[in-house]
Amino acid sequence: MSANPKAHGGYDVDKVWRDFPILAREVHGRPLVFLDSAASSQRPRSVIEAVDAYERLHHANVHRGVHQLSQEATAMFEHARERVRGFVNAASIREVIFTRGTTEAINLVAQSWGRNQLKRGDEILLTALEHHANIVPWQLVAEQTGAVIKVASMDRRGVVSLDDVAANLSDRTRIVACAHVSNALGTVLPVREITGLAHARGALVLLDGAQAIPHQRVDLAELGCDFYAFSAHKMYGPTGIGVLVGREALLDAMPPWQGGGDMILTVSFEKTTYNELPFKFEAGTPNISGAVGLAAAIDYIESLGIDRIHAHEQRLLEDATRKLLRVPGLEIIGTAPEKAAVISFTLDGIHPHDLGTILDAEGVAVRTGHHCAMPVMEFFNVPATARASFACYSRETDVDALTRALARAREVFS
Amino acid sequence: MDLKDLYREVILDHNKSPRLYGKLEPADSSADGHNPLCGDRLHITVRLEGDRVSDLRFEGKGCAISVASASLMCEAVKGKRRDEISHLFHEVHEVLTKHDAPVPEDLGKLAALSGVREFPVRVKCASLCWHTLNAALERSATTVKTE
Repeated sequence: MSANPKAHGGYDVDKVWRDFPILAREVHGRPLVFLDSAASSQRPRSVIEAVDAYERLHHANVHRGVHQLSQEATAMFEHARERVRGFVNAASIREVIFTRGTTEAINLVAQSWGRNQLKRGDEILLTALEHHANIVPWQLVAEQTGAVIKVASMDRRGVVSLDDVAANLSDRTRIVACAHVSNALGTVLPVREITGLAHARGALVLLDGAQAIPHQRVDLAELGCDFYAFSAHKMYGPTGIGVLVGREALLDAMPPWQGGGDMILTVSFEKTTYNELPFKFEAGTPNISGAVGLAAAIDYIESLGIDRIHAHEQRLLEDATRKLLRVPGLEIIGTAPEKAAVISFTLDGIHPHDLGTILDAEGVAVRTGHHCAMPVMEFFNVPATARASFACYSRETDVDALTRALARAREVFS
Repeated sequence: MDLKDLYREVILDHNKSPRLYGKLEPADSSADGHNPLCGDRLHITVRLEGDRVSDLRFEGKGCAISVASASLMCEAVKGKRRDEISHLFHEVHEVLTKHDAPVPEDLGKLAALSGVREFPVRVKCASLCWHTLNAALERSATTVKTE
């Protein structure tokens, strides 16, 4: 309980909870219990206000006008880039490219790097627990280039084995694309080790960081990967903006993937010269207010401390796992020793969709379905699961509300 | 929004013990229904006598609404003519989707599905079986035509 904040290193979850206005609303006449942060987290007041202030006072197009507003908007947009750089410890702002989200960031690499570098018979190595966003872009580029997709397996706990990654690497492997944290299972992958193995065989590494970035410290200098992708809306920022961080030398050598304004230096009908990094990959007017919101989200996370958020969520994960395992007929899908605060589960005799509806009627929001990870569902031989996911604002009382709602579901189906 | 309205006794009963569950072999026609969003899968086999569905079975996996709806549908359409079935489908569709459509008296047990309309995201669950049956009947119609 947060009644005694000192007990948990001074992390006052009730105060954090109050920072998120939406959490105070009701759903179907009951207090909202939001346990779907892995799909999209909520935004704190500071993010909402930062975006609002930008829209009210500073908006104009960036990198274009000499007028005051354009300069202010440009300064805020570029300030956001520097905040992102510092947050993930990238070497330079030239390595920080704004995208629409993780999905677009991965597609950027697949199309700009992959389409130009991959040759027939080259191999792309994925893992068995990937989100569709880290499968389909590679299938598209494999079709275009004749490259081959290989998949490193996982065990019944949802752990990807390093041995299997090593066994699937070959001299033809050009890139390993894998999740940092699994959205469907919560598994934290040993990405530093995977990167080491891949680099030893001369392959690049792209990490899908969408589910890692809100939960744990991400230090790219330490991880050593070549590309890292994430979305703002899973880390308390707005939708429609995300980031690709890439090694400068690689990005420099990659051709633009979309053409338009902002990504050029000069254009004539004969010849266009491209802008420098990172603008080469940011064609068109970007999501400026989104970047402002992302910067505010980073400020917010840093005001709480990502390590303290991590510790809080891990306590909650432990508590929730213990309580859920006491629910008769409940099976947790994804039992890796190292997990983010995500619990996928099934309840014997009640289909996840019925569960989702009953929980919703109790005010409890969980995700039900295949979580955009159909191969994972196939592996565990379930059509779908229910998934409760936690964030910095999640409380023990939310876990209790979930277990009460599960008991109610049992009642309805008795 | 009342859960009791969605999960009525009839629905829970048909989910627990689905009627006409299984597979007809041989069958005159069959079709697969799949709702990729939620993973519901359904296989329907039918036997025809002239214009009449003399027998049918369904099998598959899905939520309580989709299983109960398939079970109720199979019971309701068994022995009926194609035109009667398409009339029923129309009525069920209205009841599922139109918020204040009156529930026709000739729906019988199928009326239990009317609670679904308060839960718009679940309408697909209830209608999957009807679309699948339709596909099976259309397929047999085509077959009949080409022969």
